[in-house]
Amino acid sequence: MLEVLHSLLFSTLDAAPALVFAALGAMLSERAGVVSVGVEGMMRTGAFCAAVAALAMPTPLAVLVGMAAGAAIAAVHGFLSIRWRSDQVVSGMALNLVAMAGGTYLLESFFGPNGTPSITQLSRWDLPGLPAVPLLGALSGHAAPTYLALTLPFLFHLLLSRTPLGLRLRAVGDKPHAVATLGLSVSALRWGAVLGGGMMAGLGGAVLSTAVLDRFEQHTPSGLGFMALAAMVFGRWTPLGAFAAALFFAFGNALRIGLASSAPWLLDLVPQGFLLALPYLLTLLVLALQGQRGHAPAALGTPYEQESR
Amino acid sequence: MSLEDASLDIVPGELLAVVGENGAGKSSLMNVLYGLYQPDAGTFLMDDKPVRLKSPRDAIARGIGMVHQHFMLVPTLTVAENVVLGREPTRRGLLDLDRACDEVAATAKRFGFHLDPRARVDTLTVGSQQKVEIVKALHRGAQVLILDEPTAVLTPQESDELAQVMRGLVAQGRTVVLISHKLKEVLGVADRVAVMRRGRTVAEVRAAGTTVSALASLMVGEGSRGAALTGVPAASGAVVPDAQGEATSGPIVLDAKDLRAKGDNGRPALQGVSLTVRAGEIVGIAGVDGNGQRELAEVLTGLRSLDSGEGTLLGGPLKGLTPALAKARGVGHVPEDRLARAVVKAMTVEENVALGRHRQPPFARGPWVDFKGRRERATRLLSTYDVRPPDPTVALQALSGGNQQKVVVARELDADPKLLVVVQPTRGLDIGAVAQVHARLREAKARGAGVVMVSLDLEEVLALSDRVYVLYEGRVTGHFPRKDLDERELGRRMLGAESDHG
Repeated sequence: MLEVLHSLLFSTLDAAPALVFAALGAMLSERAGVVSVGVEGMMRTGAFCAAVAALAMPTPLAVLVGMAAGAAIAAVHGFLSIRWRSDQVVSGMALNLVAMAGGTYLLESFFGPNGTPSITQLSRWDLPGLPAVPLLGALSGHAAPTYLALTLPFLFHLLLSRTPLGLRLRAVGDKPHAVATLGLSVSALRWGAVLGGGMMAGLGGAVLSTAVLDRFEQHTPSGLGFMALAAMVFGRWTPLGAFAAALFFAFGNALRIGLASSAPWLLDLVPQGFLLALPYLLTLLVLALQGQRGHAPAALGTPYEQESR
Repeated sequence: MSLEDASLDIVPGELLAVVGENGAGKSSLMNVLYGLYQPDAGTFLMDDKPVRLKSPRDAIARGIGMVHQHFMLVPTLTVAENVVLGREPTRRGLLDLDRACDEVAATAKRFGFHLDPRARVDTLTVGSQQKVEIVKALHRGAQVLILDEPTAVLTPQESDELAQVMRGLVAQGRTVVLISHKLKEVLGVADRVAVMRRGRTVAEVRAAGTTVSALASLMVGEGSRGAALTGVPAASGAVVPDAQGEATSGPIVLDAKDLRAKGDNGRPALQGVSLTVRAGEIVGIAGVDGNGQRELAEVLTGLRSLDSGEGTLLGGPLKGLTPALAKARGVGHVPEDRLARAVVKAMTVEENVALGRHRQPPFARGPWVDFKGRRERATRLLSTYDVRPPDPTVALQALSGGNQQKVVVARELDADPKLLVVVQPTRGLDIGAVAQVHARLREAKARGAGVVMVSLDLEEVLALSDRVYVLYEGRVTGHFPRKDLDERELGRRMLGAESDHG
């Protein structure tokens, strides 16, 4: 029993970083008032670029390339939604579609349908002493992103609630006009949040192809971006809430894999498709139970226009 | 084009009022002074030196502060956070909230305000929020404080307090620019008054040497639109107190007991409201914004469902009322936000006139639109209600706000309602339109309709109502027949004071 739990925890911590980073990124953008539906596309772009870059450079550097790629996609979203005040949901969905189709096109043109060539994964770290401890031992043996994912949410929490920048970000998501009348730049704050969010989503994608897998696959990130959005909503747009929700979803994912491998008889009872859909069903269930979006930033999705109040 | 050739001199240490009708350009001029809008042409001198204000940052740096009509506060942040936003005290890179609270408390105290710096802004009353706005400007070292329609949402008591605050600031050598259309109030507090009309500054007078009616005629312009205003003494705008006002003994059209309903946020908005309305009377609903008035109007028109409570409305139960049922029983509705709820701005005026009755003659014949009948009816209504331009084929959005409102009122009254629910019927209208809308409401009453009028404008409530209910936090805290109406007492009740009579 302990062993099963240990392996569940271990694979949860392995799967969590992508979700945690993407959820934090989406939250950063949305707290500043810009809808972040495009997170899936940003992750996909980050995953692809990191996988390709890792063919030519050390993997850790390739992860940075993935972050930059996520930010680049986010910049397009920024242009559309901040500069040109287009509908942010439509802009985000459009980016998702572009990333989906573009990723497939580039993948098949250069590498064929089976994914990019395999690369050196990020190295895993063994924490001295820990593996002997029951359960806590599951903390050891992960790649760097896992440990980053366990610390970043707290830094984000600190940023949002305890720094002047965080105060301004929260203000600009709730009442941009108030921020503007104080002589602060609404668009600079939103640009910063959108680009930062894109970097985080790109990082989440890069983690998928450099730590979870060792390549970019056809379907990466297979909806993880949307799950990250759900984690953000479930976590009420707070860093720690999103963190907890992302861990919960990652656990659901691990549970699915664990069930499929440890209890093959289950597959006779329920179709495999159902098991595959389990994390997503879990996501839907959680969102349905949570009900109205009473915690969203008040000005979320509303382009800032100086003359309308 | 909201400003053309406007000039203004602001003298240090005085209280300057800028008056004018809605749309005269007062707010635009102030937004230019505050760096929010860039003028197309013109100069701006400070201490005889030309200055360009590219953003509010420049204005703030030069000691100009502004309290906007719609507060620029972040509701989810605390008082202190709102005040220090943009110039936050830090300790080792982190926000120093304790110091922020101390600083804000000190500023507030220096100017005689009582504010809890740790309170969240959305828990404060409107009056306190305004103080936060003022403290916000003063905290940034404002020497010139611009207040845009500051008393529009205040109770009389709060307005008095604000007047003292403004005088106090002037006494300390600061300059206050007050924008208002409430002339009586302006004359009570200002040193000098600038009058704006159609984007121009047309006059500047010393407050001591002028009268309300002189100001009013400067505001509307002699001759030009005098005709529309015949018989409108400028009490402080366009509100004519009702001379008569005997209690009516008409049949009861609405009898409601202990109504309870939730607001949009899911919290209780109506917490046991009882009221009756008879045919042939105007019942005013007074209160500070957000005390359940909107929800009450929505319950009466079937737009919001009741949690509990009993009542009959025009012979049927109030429970289970839908907008269609309400309409069928004879409820007319002039909602607060006409663009959201009363009209489709991109459709023509005649289409808007038909809305809601589009399946009945004269707007339809069988399943088909009766274009001729609709055109005739619309044309007649436009001329009766003095809508300009009187062209039923233009898009509604081409009309001014006042004329749009006249279209709504015309449509609702044309259906000959037995109960008319109006919310903020004259908000944002100019003097002429206000007078006309008021005349129409009196007409409806004379024809035997029961009228429920929700208004934040106390003057309007006092002028039109035969009886007044005061709502505070979803409860009735006062009920006054016309003869007992007293502005002070109303104001007290609006702030939650209850007493045994009423």
